Amino acid sequence: MPTTVMDADRIGRTLTRIAHEIVERNKGVEDLALVGVRTRGVPIARRIARALREITGHEVPTGALDITLYRDDLMRHAVGPQPLVRRTEIQFSIDNRKILLVDDVLYTGRTTRAALDALIDYGRPKAIQLIVLVDRGHRELPIKADYVGKNLPTSLEESVQVRLQEIDGVDEVVLEQGGSI
Amino acid sequence: MSDAPALTALRCKDLLGIADLSAAEITLILDTAEAMKEVATRPIKKVPALRGKTVVNLFFEPSTRTRTSFEIAEKRLSADTLNIAIGSSSVVKGETLADTALNLEAMAPDMIVLRHSSSGAGHLLSRICRSGIINAGDGTHEHPTQALLDAFTIRERKGRLSGLKVAIIGDLQHSRVLRSNIQLLTKMGADVWVSGPPTLIPAGMRDFGVTATPNVDEAIDGADVIMLLRIQLERMEGAYFPSLREYFNVFGMTENRLRLARPDVMIMHPGPMNRGVEIASEVADGPYSVILEQVANGVAVRMAVLYLLAGGVDHEEAA
Amino acid sequence: MKKLLKGGRVVDPRNGLDGAFDVLIDGDRIARVGRDLPADGATVVEIPADLVICPGLIDMHVHLREPGQEHKETVATGTAAAVAGGFTAVACMPNTIPVNDSANVTTLILSKAAAAGLARVYPIGAVSKGSKGELLADIAELRQAGCVAISDDGHPVATALLMRRALEYAGMFDMPLIEHCEDPTLKGDGVAHEGFHASSLGLRGIPGAAEALGVERGVLLAELTGSRLHIAHMSARASIRGVRKGKEAGVRVTCEVAPHHFTLTDEALQSPTAYDTNTKMNPPLREAADRDAMLAGIADGTVDAIATDHAPHHYDEKQVEFDRAPFGIVGLETAVSLTFDRLLHTGLVRLPRIVELLSANPAHILKIPGGTLSEGAVADITILAPELKVRVHARSFRSRSKNTPFDGWELRGGVAATIVGGRTVFANAEAGLTTL
Repeated sequence: MPTTVMDADRIGRTLTRIAHEIVERNKGVEDLALVGVRTRGVPIARRIARALREITGHEVPTGALDITLYRDDLMRHAVGPQPLVRRTEIQFSIDNRKILLVDDVLYTGRTTRAALDALIDYGRPKAIQLIVLVDRGHRELPIKADYVGKNLPTSLEESVQVRLQEIDGVDEVVLEQGGSI
Repeated sequence: MSDAPALTALRCKDLLGIADLSAAEITLILDTAEAMKEVATRPIKKVPALRGKTVVNLFFEPSTRTRTSFEIAEKRLSADTLNIAIGSSSVVKGETLADTALNLEAMAPDMIVLRHSSSGAGHLLSRICRSGIINAGDGTHEHPTQALLDAFTIRERKGRLSGLKVAIIGDLQHSRVLRSNIQLLTKMGADVWVSGPPTLIPAGMRDFGVTATPNVDEAIDGADVIMLLRIQLERMEGAYFPSLREYFNVFGMTENRLRLARPDVMIMHPGPMNRGVEIASEVADGPYSVILEQVANGVAVRMAVLYLLAGGVDHEEAA
Repeated sequence: MKKLLKGGRVVDPRNGLDGAFDVLIDGDRIARVGRDLPADGATVVEIPADLVICPGLIDMHVHLREPGQEHKETVATGTAAAVAGGFTAVACMPNTIPVNDSANVTTLILSKAAAAGLARVYPIGAVSKGSKGELLADIAELRQAGCVAISDDGHPVATALLMRRALEYAGMFDMPLIEHCEDPTLKGDGVAHEGFHASSLGLRGIPGAAEALGVERGVLLAELTGSRLHIAHMSARASIRGVRKGKEAGVRVTCEVAPHHFTLTDEALQSPTAYDTNTKMNPPLREAADRDAMLAGIADGTVDAIATDHAPHHYDEKQVEFDRAPFGIVGLETAVSLTFDRLLHTGLVRLPRIVELLSANPAHILKIPGGTLSEGAVADITILAPELKVRVHARSFRSRSKNTPFDGWELRGGVAATIVGGRTVFANAEAGLTTL
């Protein structure tokens, strides 16, 4: 029986709270940029950008990063299907900026590792901070999020589904039995 | 964690010809090429996707253009590349393609990019080698990555392939680019016309689903895309047509003739061009020509093919 | 040694026989053919009623490759393949190394055949010295040594003039000239039939007209000289049209078709395996209309003989790019099954016609013994099993080479036994004959 862990309302308030934390920790938003990890990290990044604009009046540049080509699980089998590669769109220079990397769920940490590699091939940011909507534990790499929407302890038999209006037509975070995502 | 991306694949371990690809697979390659094209705009033009993979460029026919394009594509994906250019002397010495292949196979390359003067050479190699084979041009049979980059270029400019009128003009008989393009464009729903001297129109053209005519004006009337094929100077000796001058007068693409096509027509040529034979210089350098774009897109398309063929996961893993 | 074959169905069209008859063999001759023959000291062999006894099959177009190319085949392995295929005799082409343009080579071939002691071998001598198309070969010497026909097979006779002279000269002995019909300039460097499939695969084409032009030339010269012409391995519908016209005009022309040309089409170039070099031969596999014209000619009598053009090539030689592979496929061990499966069981022709095509007519054209079960004739007999289920298994071929496109094919009809000069030289365990 899937359990709704966060509803639309809760997600909205959480992102607003994160936006405030960003402003506080970085003492303003001058040299910040948001980069959402495809796919669901992207709308989350855009929402945070909107919230930051409302708080500070500033437009924080936002980009989308496809990490498929950096995954460590590519090419592991002799012949098999490849994950579909999508476009990365970062229209600004990331050199000397503080990059806020945004993803929906933090789990083993491998996606974040791939995203870090990709970003570093793009340029030389001053710093990278990680924002996640949900941290479900079970890290396999030494990765820590700087901003967490919700800490959600899970077992390996459970899966966390994040659904967003922009992609799935609804805002919710749901915990399901079976499979690991 | 990111959403699980759609898992899609090419059905075969090789790319021997467009004949073996479905319309869906062609679309997959073109979509992937779009993402690959963006890599060329980065400061570090490299992604680790094929790190640790060995790709051998086995070229029995000389080719700077295609080989360079493949090599850049392979390096951008972080693959280890090996260029083997086999001169005709090795062939004369008697080592067969089969033996060359077996020797290579012993070193376990992941992929072999093959260019050869015999039609079907890739098929032979595929039967012998476990490596994936990419056909970079076999005799007069196919040159699939050329057709794919042509399609990519058209799609980028026109937004689609279906319903476009595409005219292909030149030495049809000896052109592998023609055969690959016909296969691809008809599969994707384009209206294909082919034209050239009747002595150079292959037998059974009607069964390919295209309209064949020696009347160039009819072929390019209202065309969205005109592809010109190279005329090899030796063809005069085979009594295919009397002279280059006559060829240019009857079949050459001039600015004047171009008026019959649509005002936003694209002029394409796989290269290298014979200016003043199949194409007038003004046309080659003119505003309708996308010949240089084709070259740029070649790298992105070849990256997509290498990526899709080099293998990967068959299920989603935790990220 | 007397043997009595009892109970089978005897088909001997030259003698008008088709029914249940007994065959009495005495030594190397046929003593009697009749109903309910008494044993009279002969060993009685019971022949199941579904088996067919006919005059020994004769393949009038094979390449035995000896002397010079023994890695592909020898007279010994070739004649072993022949008897396994039901053939009691073969006629072998002169394109050996050296070419069979002299008594020496002819004698060598005959002595190898005698040593093997299997199928009879009738050499065909060259038309021109070295088959180079310049000077006439020593045709009388060749005939004296044992050749039964002349040919420059592999290519057409080089010029019309030379062909005229050869026809006139060979006409002295009433020897047929067997012609590989082809216009070399139209054939060019083609490797496959000019058509949709060759175009798709980027293979240079050979139009049917290349062969038909050769046929026209040959028929006209046969008419001019009054000599006998035999068209080898016919494949194109325009060729058969030319033969028909020639026969109607009274020209002494005959022709043969190979099993692959009445079975396969150029579609085989692409499927099941693209660029399979075992679909490469000259003349090439042509389109459906040509194959159907061959079938029609077989049915209406225009085609005189079925001959395999058995062309063995070593595995390594065929394991190359299509345009570099040598032309040709083996055929001795699949001919009978293909003939039964595609001609008899489809209802196209009946058994007597098949025996004509595979035995009586070849004997008549080459003027060699055999082709009948007449009393006193050589006891060259083939026992066929028209209902036998056969699965072609190239690795088991007795030929040294296995280059066939039919590997794995399941066909209906096969060979039960082959008897040469009264001796059983081949018996198929699966055909139900226990003693022979």
